[in-house]
Amino acid sequence: MAATKKEPVVIEGAGPFNAPIGGLLTWVDQRFPLMSQWKDHMSEYYAPKNFNFWYYFGSLAMVVLVLQIVTGIFLVMHYKPSAADAFASVEYIMRDVPGGWLIRYLHSTGASAFFIVIYLHMFRGLMYGSYRAPRELIWIFGMMIYLALMAEAFFGYLLPWGQMSFWGAQVIINLFDALPIIGPDLSTWIRGDFVVSDATLNRFFAFHVIAIPLAILGLVAAHILALHEVGSNNPDGIEIKQNKNAQGIPVDGIAFFPYYVVKDALGVVVFAIVFCAILFFAPEMGGYFLEYNNFIPADSLKTPPHIAPVWYFTPYYSILRAVNENFMWVLRAGVVGYAMLILFTARGCLPKLLAAMVAPVILIAMGVIEAKVWGVVLMGVASMIFFLMPWLDKSPVKSIRYKGKLSRWAMTIFVVIFLTLGYYGTQSVTDMGTLISQVGTLIYFAFFLLMPWYTQMEQTLPVPDRLTT
Amino acid sequence: MAEQQPDKGRRCMLLAASTVAGGIATVAAGVPFVASMLPSERAKAAGAPVEADISKLAPGERMTVEWRGKPVWIVRRTPEMLDTLKKNADRVSDPDSKKVMQPKYATNEARSIKPEYLVLVGICTHLGCSPVEKFAVQAEAFASDWKGGFYCPCHGSLFDLAGRVYKNKPAPDNLVVPPHKFLADGRILIGEDATDKGAA
Repeated sequence: MAATKKEPVVIEGAGPFNAPIGGLLTWVDQRFPLMSQWKDHMSEYYAPKNFNFWYYFGSLAMVVLVLQIVTGIFLVMHYKPSAADAFASVEYIMRDVPGGWLIRYLHSTGASAFFIVIYLHMFRGLMYGSYRAPRELIWIFGMMIYLALMAEAFFGYLLPWGQMSFWGAQVIINLFDALPIIGPDLSTWIRGDFVVSDATLNRFFAFHVIAIPLAILGLVAAHILALHEVGSNNPDGIEIKQNKNAQGIPVDGIAFFPYYVVKDALGVVVFAIVFCAILFFAPEMGGYFLEYNNFIPADSLKTPPHIAPVWYFTPYYSILRAVNENFMWVLRAGVVGYAMLILFTARGCLPKLLAAMVAPVILIAMGVIEAKVWGVVLMGVASMIFFLMPWLDKSPVKSIRYKGKLSRWAMTIFVVIFLTLGYYGTQSVTDMGTLISQVGTLIYFAFFLLMPWYTQMEQTLPVPDRLTT
Repeated sequence: MAEQQPDKGRRCMLLAASTVAGGIATVAAGVPFVASMLPSERAKAAGAPVEADISKLAPGERMTVEWRGKPVWIVRRTPEMLDTLKKNADRVSDPDSKKVMQPKYATNEARSIKPEYLVLVGICTHLGCSPVEKFAVQAEAFASDWKGGFYCPCHGSLFDLAGRVYKNKPAPDNLVVPPHKFLADGRILIGEDATDKGAA
């Protein structure tokens, strides 16, 4: 079949080189949608012109993803996924493989950097309402990437086969054990043994290097395709596509290439400086990026005296630890209170009907199923409740810039609580820590569950027609 | 050939039938993959009972042996340690060991065959960490009037000197007492008991 006839590709400013390069591009373009893809996603993808600091983290997440994949490939060349050899092979990489220490630290620092970047990227979305219609699917794909990333980090953390690897995996797999009926069999199936063992390490290796990375790459593609379909949001939360010039180009848009490519390149440079400072001077980050106990080989008979997950899981870990028998009474009161709130104030029959039916079921379940399970459930719900953001936020405006005082306060308190829960998740259990975690857990959920009310009650500010700075 | 109108009912039926057949085939194809993640025959076979020599265990001391990849503690309790069990009765959530976390012969206050020797699987019933021994009777950060027992470093569950869980802690149940029996000349067998009914 003959190649598709397309216009010859002309490169501006290529001068005497235009003929050979343009000729090659034309040849390719007639056989592959090269120029149309380039235009759709780069040179003619119009993004709002007022992207600020917070908009660096999307492209930085891509950079870190590539870093993790590349360093991961080289680590796999020397790493041995067996309980007998794993710990020694990591130390072999650190001491004997030329440059092995650098590749390993790039990978371990990259893991924490990934979460820092992703958390800031998510916070940007929360601030500017980037999850609101028509961007619900972008947000959902993003949340799926976040969950996949947590799975990736969890599976990867077992591989060095240190004390924290072993006991971290032991605790997290035992979370499934708490589920009624299927729990014990499910956790045995996940481990492939009755205890965390060689079989567990081997399959976690398979998940970490093949299954989850493939899923993440697919989800990232979906995330970006969905983004480029509807267009980027911006700090003002205005749709720039509603104001186009005669050529059909948004008046407040600028081409992603070259403008944002150049801007993001600056972001990458600054990020690289900070990243390298950590990489070379504090790769363990005081035990937060690489925990000290993980430099001790796994011992199935002895749990380290202080165990905590890596920092990026600690807010949820605090929520898990907050749930005890006394706190169950608070949760029961919370369910009753929330059902009442819906029954008395919600518009429409469906929410009221749901509240009237679901609340008693939850209350009965809370009576039957022990507190341990609810800790697990709450932890799971806490990490996934972000999925509901597009439908919880009922504000007439998207961006925090034009939302009212209630939303601003709610978001500020949420950030403080998220960090506080994160801090207490790294600490040993104390009565005070548990109490603070319990209060924090309530506020964490209140931020989401009360959102439909406080976003509608408040007085919002007028939204401008055109982008501001 | 004459234009034929597609038979919509037939088309629909074929579509449904092939979807169902394909769906069943897909699920069936998944079975061996899911099954391959179950414990292998080798993993299942590695569950033999283990023997431990407790003749050198001094009063108030603990030793750990490995059974089925898990730590099993043997504690030789002093009379003072056994005395604390009564005092703890109102602080633990299942003082009479009503829930079956132990063989019948260990369903007593000391949760043991001989009160002196406590045998426990050293895995917290919350999320599977191994609690640490805190035998000293003193004020601890986690309990000001601590009577001695075990403290789980992961989520703060407390157990007394019979492995009974304190009230209002994340762990729901007492620590497991594995099947065990005393052999001659100061040895103990873990994983098998006098009734020889096998695993708990």
